[in-house]
Amino acid sequence: MPSEMENKYVIFKLDKEYYGIPIANVLSIERIGVPTRIPNAPKYVKGVINLRGEVIPIVDLRCKLGMEEIDLNSSGRIIVVSVNEIVVGLIVDSSSEVLEIDKENIDKPPTDSGNQYIEYINGIGKVSNRLIILLDLIKILEY
Amino acid sequence: MDFHMDQYMNLFVEEAKEHLQNMNDALLELERDTSNISLIDEIFRIAHTLKGMSGTMGFSNMANLTHEMENVLQGIKNKEVELGEDVIDVIFECFDAVDNSVNLIASTGKESEDKHEELIEKLKSILKKDSIVVDHETDDESIGGFDKYVTNILQEAERRGLNRYNIEVTLSPKCMLKSARAFIVFSTLETMGEIIYSNPSVEDIEDEKFDFYFSVILLSDASDKKIYEELNKISEIDNIVISPIDNMGKEILQEDYSQKIIEKDATQHSSKKDGATKSDIDSRVNNRESKVGKTVRVDIERLDNLMNLVSELIIIKTRMDDLSEVSNKENMAEAIEYLERITTSLHDAVMKVRMVPIERVFNRFPRMVRDLSKELNKEINLEMYGEDTEVDRTVIDEIGDPLIHIIRNSIDHGIETPEDRVAKGKPKKGTIVLKAYPDGNNVVIEVIDDGRGIDSDKIVERAIEKGLITREEGEMLSQDEIHSLLFLPGFSTSKEVSDVSGRGVGLDVVKSKIESINGSVEIDTELDKGTKFIIRIPLTLAIIQALLIKLAHEIYAIPLSSITEITVINKNDIRNIQGQEITLYRGKTIPVVRLNNLMGLEVENDSDECTVVVVRKGEKQAGLLVDSLIGQQEIVIKPLGKYLSNIKYLSGATILGNGNISLILDVNSLI
Repeated sequence: MPSEMENKYVIFKLDKEYYGIPIANVLSIERIGVPTRIPNAPKYVKGVINLRGEVIPIVDLRCKLGMEEIDLNSSGRIIVVSVNEIVVGLIVDSSSEVLEIDKENIDKPPTDSGNQYIEYINGIGKVSNRLIILLDLIKILEY
Repeated sequence: MDFHMDQYMNLFVEEAKEHLQNMNDALLELERDTSNISLIDEIFRIAHTLKGMSGTMGFSNMANLTHEMENVLQGIKNKEVELGEDVIDVIFECFDAVDNSVNLIASTGKESEDKHEELIEKLKSILKKDSIVVDHETDDESIGGFDKYVTNILQEAERRGLNRYNIEVTLSPKCMLKSARAFIVFSTLETMGEIIYSNPSVEDIEDEKFDFYFSVILLSDASDKKIYEELNKISEIDNIVISPIDNMGKEILQEDYSQKIIEKDATQHSSKKDGATKSDIDSRVNNRESKVGKTVRVDIERLDNLMNLVSELIIIKTRMDDLSEVSNKENMAEAIEYLERITTSLHDAVMKVRMVPIERVFNRFPRMVRDLSKELNKEINLEMYGEDTEVDRTVIDEIGDPLIHIIRNSIDHGIETPEDRVAKGKPKKGTIVLKAYPDGNNVVIEVIDDGRGIDSDKIVERAIEKGLITREEGEMLSQDEIHSLLFLPGFSTSKEVSDVSGRGVGLDVVKSKIESINGSVEIDTELDKGTKFIIRIPLTLAIIQALLIKLAHEIYAIPLSSITEITVINKNDIRNIQGQEITLYRGKTIPVVRLNNLMGLEVENDSDECTVVVVRKGEKQAGLLVDSLIGQQEIVIKPLGKYLSNIKYLSGATILGNGNISLILDVNSLI
């Protein structure tokens, strides 16, 4: 991985918290369109959208992470990510910025065995006074 | 029988190179992560495929080597052999040997005489768990195997107090005149000392018979630093490594010698970066790249036709430009109709350009059947029909391997020995029939043998033994379901490992490969009568005619090729028999599928009339209940992607004229 992309994360908001995913996995950030429903798909798969001629599945991160679902609104964004040849759009509340987080500023995720969503977290990044939850995309996109 | 192999040589080389590339990637990955069983599986399968391919073409040395590789890999799979560094090294050496053979075959059309005895010995010794002396050998090889002459000179130089260096130079990949650049390196070095050895040889370097890397041995009284500085002045050099060596040509590894390797830092860095981005891109465009090398031989007539259509397209474009100025509805409609006709013809024409007769795959089989039947002492007659059936080029590439597997299986397990056949009252000579014919938008390929067939009880027994099903499950299975067990991974009815087949990598690979191109494979077998494989593959992969239908407010597409009729039936005509809804259609009872329920939609239609789309898959039919029909349309198939690959009842999606997405129903899974 080229060094300039190594420590950079795309930061987005879900509910009250900020989350980050490695910028190397992010293809683009899009406005939310109306997805076509996929029958018999898991609940968090909201459907597919037409992204410049390609059909991209859309995953609602709120739903995947067990948060309360909200209606799609104008500040919402779709972050299109690519992991292991899987291309998926993630619905987030809003996308704010790209931050550099050094390895030494990333803590291990808390080990709370009671929370089933902990496994989706790779670590907690600290940037000045903010805490950024770094997500494990591979785990999140496991079917 | 005399075959022109030339035609298939290209195919062989192309495919072999692709497989080798995959193997290389997998091997490299495996070296990093030796615990990854799926990689071993992958390498094993590639070795198996290469064995088959080279065997088919009569390259026995390569086939032997890959066979031995397979044995070792099998050992690793079964945890009989520990996957250590030494084993990986040997596998790599084998890979190189195979790679070299393929390259030689590509350039000369003949296999090398080298029987790879040394490598095969090594592979065998791994299986015997004998420790091997790889270390020593590779050390020697790494420096290029000096002869006595060189070592003598090196000793002589030591007496004269000269420094001895091994200098490795890597030219920049952008370098245009490699040999000229190398010549400058040589002449620079010669001002400072004496070059006594070069790898590759000076002649080869002059002829540009080297990649970007070469190494020389230099005797000089200058320091390595001086040499480095001099070489560094030459442009288009990526990397220079200078290391002192001893009399045997071995690098001296002294700890205090901190400057052993001096690297051109800046360029090294940038080249590393280049490398990284390149591999990134590589992995992304991997799929596309592998298709770049594929070629199609096209009848010039077809190209002319294409050209004509394109010129018509240009004419209509101009016409529409004119029309937009003087807007006239009637003329516009006419122009659009014309445009439609051209695009349809254009699509047809492009499709035809991509089509090649299935002969290209079939024609390598006679030789294979002949060789195999000789080897196994069987008498087999191969009959082929419909070789001129045309299939898309991309499809052709994918069905070669599965067919090889199936035919090998038929010869090895299916057809009995002549004595057995006579005893059973069958003709002495076994027959394998290979048949291809178009069927709607599909092409069907059948492989039929009149051999011993497969005993259903044995299949069930075997599946239980392998832990694929439980005994209770086994008792419940229908004949079709039993046959489908044969396609499960890890299932093989042959107990012995033979050169031909029977390692349990056959049919599951066949199935996954055919399904990867949206095809299907069925097996029909009767004990002592024979076995029939029916492979159904799509004529093309990209554009199809489809019927758009409405379920509640959602639009779905059904491929027209699988539709036999659209009809309206009365609600009361649908009967419920033991939980299965059926209706009478042309004197036959067919199952009724309520699409709304399957797709999790409310049923809106409350009238007595139901619209039914009758679809078929082979002989089977079913009626799909839909809310309303929209119409027929040409659609471009877009895959749903890896993430949604497990979704039931859907085979893809398409983008409608208004930009919305409509899902394509997978008729095969609905019946």
